[in-house]
Amino acid sequence: MSHSANTATASAAEATAPVQYLTVNLAHEEYGIDILAVREIRGWTPVTRIPQAPHYVLGVLNLRGAIVPVLDLRLRFGVVRKEYGATTVTVIVTVAGRHFGVVVDAVSDVLDVAAADVRPVPDMGTTVDTEYLKGLTSLAERMVLLLDVDRLLQPQDAQMLEAALPAAADVQAVA
Amino acid sequence: MVNAALAQFQQVFIEESLEGLDTMESSLLALDDGGDAELVHTIFRAAHSIKGGAATFGLPEMSSFTHEAESLLDEVRGGKRAIDGGIVELLLRTVDCLRGMFARARAGEPLNDATAEGLRGELAAMMGRGTAAGGLQARRPADQADAWTIRFRPHAGMLAGGNDPLRLIRELAGLGELAVTAELDRLPALDKLDPTECHLGWTIELAGPAKRADIAAVFDWVEGECELAIEPKHVVAATAPPAAAAPVADVAVARAQRETSAESGTVRVAIDKIDGLINLVGELVITQSMLDTFRDGVDASRLALLEQGLAQLARHTRELQESVMGIRMLPIASVFNRFPRMVRDIGQKLGKQVRLELVGEHTELDKTVLEKIGDPLVHLVRNAIDHGLELPAQRRAAGKGDIGTLRLEASHRGGNIVVEVSDDGAGLNREAIVAKAVQRGLIRSGESLGDEAVAELIFQPGFSTVAVTTDLSGRGVGMDVVRRNVADLGGSVTIRSTPGKGCVFTITLPLTLAIIDGLTAAVGGEHYIVPLVSIVESVQLKREAIKTVAGGGELFRFRGEYLPVIRLHELFGCPDAVRAIDEGLLIVVEGDGARVGLFVDGLIGQQQAVVKSLEANYRRVNGVSGATILADGSVALIVDVAGMVRMQSRRKVA
Repeated sequence: MSHSANTATASAAEATAPVQYLTVNLAHEEYGIDILAVREIRGWTPVTRIPQAPHYVLGVLNLRGAIVPVLDLRLRFGVVRKEYGATTVTVIVTVAGRHFGVVVDAVSDVLDVAAADVRPVPDMGTTVDTEYLKGLTSLAERMVLLLDVDRLLQPQDAQMLEAALPAAADVQAVA
Repeated sequence: MVNAALAQFQQVFIEESLEGLDTMESSLLALDDGGDAELVHTIFRAAHSIKGGAATFGLPEMSSFTHEAESLLDEVRGGKRAIDGGIVELLLRTVDCLRGMFARARAGEPLNDATAEGLRGELAAMMGRGTAAGGLQARRPADQADAWTIRFRPHAGMLAGGNDPLRLIRELAGLGELAVTAELDRLPALDKLDPTECHLGWTIELAGPAKRADIAAVFDWVEGECELAIEPKHVVAATAPPAAAAPVADVAVARAQRETSAESGTVRVAIDKIDGLINLVGELVITQSMLDTFRDGVDASRLALLEQGLAQLARHTRELQESVMGIRMLPIASVFNRFPRMVRDIGQKLGKQVRLELVGEHTELDKTVLEKIGDPLVHLVRNAIDHGLELPAQRRAAGKGDIGTLRLEASHRGGNIVVEVSDDGAGLNREAIVAKAVQRGLIRSGESLGDEAVAELIFQPGFSTVAVTTDLSGRGVGMDVVRRNVADLGGSVTIRSTPGKGCVFTITLPLTLAIIDGLTAAVGGEHYIVPLVSIVESVQLKREAIKTVAGGGELFRFRGEYLPVIRLHELFGCPDAVRAIDEGLLIVVEGDGARVGLFVDGLIGQQQAVVKSLEANYRRVNGVSGATILADGSVALIVDVAGMVRMQSRRKVA
């Protein structure tokens, strides 16, 4: 519901004004996150691991009293995990009233992207599954891939896991 | 029709009216037991406020409906009519019906339904019968007609009261077609005209079937400020359908509706609680500014002052925490209040005489706990009346009085709330329970069981000894659900039964769900919180004490019974944890009526944990009931003991 609502407002906005994107670096590529979804940017701090989570969910952190899950964008896209360094940040995003953190190598810029400049993603050799991209845009010789934030921590995903988990947990406990 | 501002007030009105209905109901029940005249006044006042409010907040159907009940009450109040069982019964149904109307008002549905129409007829019939028999009043003019002539002459000062004749006429238009003629005969000459006064009158022809009460209700607020005459043009035969009352179904519906209303998202807080909070926050600010003076550095001479400040801060924080928790605390009376009515209904249905005793209604507990404790209590009360208490004849045979006693008692005991449901009935039927358990293969025949073990049997899923299922109980979906619900609240249920003397069910609940006392356990460098209430003991075992059974499960002997071992590091997938049994620690925990041993690396310490939801931003995780924030700001997960025990038993079944 909210997903379609977001897309609807996005497409309405795209038709008129340029959309602002926060660009982040990840494995030598540049990605854009709709700035309206970004709540805050924090330096990387270790998180508390949670059991039975998908491998890309690193754990949960304390965001001023709220428990917020954090996922590693590299692991989400199947890229080898790099050491966390001084530039590693957690971008807290809000989708459909839920917060979650996305760990990226660094944040770099804020871009204005006009709707006309967004092109569809060709099936290409990027490391990223094109399913999570809304499109791409280019700026001088930089190419920015626009992330579909809504789909990173999909509810369908969570539901499927929910269904599969009791069995998995039992097997695990028996083993 | 209702604008946004009005809708907001309407919500408040509905909340208040539901409370008013609760008052009406309890007063009616007290009246039925021979209460005094003051009760009638209380009921009348509640009905009157609802009527007036409903008219103001755009619920004319409700206003006119309540008006009927109010008229009846008025006669009782005025001594024109003696209260009897029939009237109480009828008014109780009216209360239920009004609850239904409020629920529909909240949902934005049409207010009137068949029940309301039927009841309206019954109320009118009750009025008619009484007056005819008593002959105290002249026959009331016809209550229903196809067309009416209404003469409405406001007094000159009516406008000063904020009443707008136009609004009244518009409201009338909701009842049918209007033909309005203004009467100008009182209009003064222009130089004598006071523009703030009302000089007009109206004659209104209303076409369309309407009730006198509906029309009168429109003019409720200008009563005494106008001359009003309502004349029927064509009288129709009074139709009072003798509604084939289906009270049982209605009661069920009303109850369900009340439950939803009880779970609405607001809390009424006593002013003094809030004042207390404000005081505490004031103290906290003072302490903070005192501590702020140390910003520039601490020298030895002021060390004592710093210590004192920190101690103050600790004290105020704790007090503030307690006071804030106190806001969520409500008296258990709001749950207990539903029982007099319920016990009366069930008792009548089963032909049992029951006296209900409520003790400790002022005991306060957390709103969340309060909302969830209702269903288990309803279940226990139903069971007690259906299975526990005997019929009057049986009671006489057993040498007891005809009237059975059912007692609900709430009290504080340590950091817990204890709610006891006790009856002086026959007690648990040991033979029947054992026979049934043997039949279901839960125990072997000839096995000798202690009383406690027998009582434990009735908590088995699907267990029922009743041969005939009634619509009250006996379907076998009972005690296990009660235990499950209570366990979800972090509490426990126990039974104490004395054959021939009765049965006591004891529910023990934590005061609040928001803060728990827990032990911090280490598992491979990670920290988990185990709720203190569920911990029985911690033991360190030798390697030989563990028995491995086929299928890979591990058991250990604890006080004469074999308990399964749950290795937290396996369940939670913790790396680098202690694996050898003799190097770690087993925490024996109890949840959901069973015990298991949780294997951890070691214990770190005890702490209070503020429970946070994982589901708010993520989802549920098996074996984890929530999370908390440790002193260093990091997050620790709280172990869901009951869930783990359930997981363990599910594995056993599989």
